[in-house]
Amino acid sequence: MSAAETLVATGNRAHSHGPGSPVPLQARSERPTSYDVADFPVPNGREEEWRFTPVKALKALFADEAGTETPKVDASGPDGVVFETVAADSLKVGTPQDRSAAIAWNQAGEALAVRIPVEAELTEAVHVNVASLGARGFSHLIVDAGRHSRAIVIIDHTGAGELGSNVEIVVGDGAELRVVSIQQGDHESIHLGQHDALIGRDARLHHVAVTLGGKIVRIGTNVRYAGPGGDAELLGVYFAESGQHHEHRLFVDHEAANCKSNVLYKGALAGDKARSVWIGDVLIRAAAEGTDTFELNRNLVLTDGARADSVPNLEIETGEIEGAGHASATGRFDDEQLFYLQARGIPEDEARRLVVSGFFNDIIGKIGVPEVAEHLHDVIEQKLARTAELSAAAAAATGHTAVAGQ
Amino acid sequence: MATLEIRDLHVSVDTENGPKQILRGVDLTIAGGQTHAIMGPNGSGKSTLAYSIAGHPKYNITSGTVTLDGEDVLDMKVDERARAGLFLAMQYPVEVPGVSVANFLRTAKTAIDGEAPKLRTWIKDVNKALGDLEMDPDFGTRNVNEGFSGGEKKRHEIVQLELLDPKIAILDETDSGLDIDALRIVSTGVNRFAEKGDKGILLITHYTRILRYITPDFVHVFVDGRVAEEGGPELAEELEANGYERFLKAGAK
Repeated sequence: MSAAETLVATGNRAHSHGPGSPVPLQARSERPTSYDVADFPVPNGREEEWRFTPVKALKALFADEAGTETPKVDASGPDGVVFETVAADSLKVGTPQDRSAAIAWNQAGEALAVRIPVEAELTEAVHVNVASLGARGFSHLIVDAGRHSRAIVIIDHTGAGELGSNVEIVVGDGAELRVVSIQQGDHESIHLGQHDALIGRDARLHHVAVTLGGKIVRIGTNVRYAGPGGDAELLGVYFAESGQHHEHRLFVDHEAANCKSNVLYKGALAGDKARSVWIGDVLIRAAAEGTDTFELNRNLVLTDGARADSVPNLEIETGEIEGAGHASATGRFDDEQLFYLQARGIPEDEARRLVVSGFFNDIIGKIGVPEVAEHLHDVIEQKLARTAELSAAAAAATGHTAVAGQ
Repeated sequence: MATLEIRDLHVSVDTENGPKQILRGVDLTIAGGQTHAIMGPNGSGKSTLAYSIAGHPKYNITSGTVTLDGEDVLDMKVDERARAGLFLAMQYPVEVPGVSVANFLRTAKTAIDGEAPKLRTWIKDVNKALGDLEMDPDFGTRNVNEGFSGGEKKRHEIVQLELLDPKIAILDETDSGLDIDALRIVSTGVNRFAEKGDKGILLITHYTRILRYITPDFVHVFVDGRVAEEGGPELAEELEANGYERFLKAGAK
């Protein structure tokens, strides 16, 4: 199937819910979660939650064994923030949803807790760098924002190895927390991560996943609400190049009344075997009256040979809601757009750059953390420059073929 | 002054049933200071001529030449043609989500001129061009053609014509789908461009209506992929009265 044929446009029209799975085998809430690795057999790639993932390349992170390294974790933040090492199971806001998360939970043993004191309003961001040194390791972070606090926490994942990670996030009542998780490991790195957030009464979580590096990155983000009035904005930006697999899985579990969730993930793909997967599950339980939720995934396929899968799922158990919707669209870089811009004198590379930065413009504007937005802008420029080189090389190769064929 | 010369141009497009010949030997010379109107029935190849000159990849040039002041246009990429001084106002301008009109215009102007325009004069120029076409300055912040009405898209094309200031402008059915007010505004813009004196204009149209506002020096009747008859403005008047009937019969012979 060519990339163009994977186009899924949903919106308000009648539409399917993803290739190959018209009906989920089970309700999202019934999927097992456990702290016990034994509850999760080694995935073979046919399971609903693994069917888009290259499981064969993940053997090291499916083995229930101690890590061969301890990833280097550096954390810094403004005065008032407390960093402490605690037992991995001291909070239990999250429960592992799959085998790799359960292994990471048990093998990490302890967690770094970042605590934002009650009513603290931080003027600077908290930075946490998790660096994989090249072997197999596990990390566990806890971000605990006290009630009525305001903070930004940036978690930057870098390095060369295989990383299994868990991040637990608590947003206290009335607090506003921004968490940015950046995945930019080296080209051969693998990262399987799970984030679990519990949002307090009238609290707001702004969660951003930025995936730029790595050979395989798979991040699951699960959100629950501890009381009414909670608000979750879940953003994601990814750009998969040749040989990269970027996968994001979201699960928003609306159990409390009058909560909001808004999911927006945008990704670009360029190069042979560039691959992205987006799964957006939203469950509105019977008690969650007044829920307002929307999720949107858009993908921009820049070259042949790339593939984007996008599967939104919405389960609704009550009709007493404000709104619920989802949309997903995967489009190709449009030749007509390219012609229009070129016909105004703009060279092809620059036209491509204009269209891609236009595509990401709105979501980058919503990140709300200038240092992340600038970094993202720079990395996208670098990726586009590489794409342009590949296109030029491909065009040159085609030219040679034509000459040879004469 | 610039001269665009089209000689014996043959163009085909690929279809499911193999290549289909659309232009069958077009000869046309547009010199600076001249306004040419190309008129013809639907399917006669008028738009194909416009897009072939601009370099749209859909069209295959099977023979013939196009030169601008002696330079081989067909050998240039699309953006190189624009930088050489050609401009195509499109019948269906394309939407570019996320790219603001202001950013688009500045990027295009920088590409055409080879240097960024001076900020202060540029903003003045953009606002004047928008004002001349009776477009609100807010259009600068909107995304290129996104959510524009048909008339706004066409006016935006003429804004670009004024700002990019090409040597030769090809206007592909810029008049179609315009109400009478928009037609007047667009025509005034084209006339303002023509009054610069050294500009060549190739006005492609299906209707004679726009020729009440823009007086061509030459009228070419296009039938079946080539120029069937040429004349002055009086030819347009004849078409207004009698339609394309006479030429279609001639073409069928």
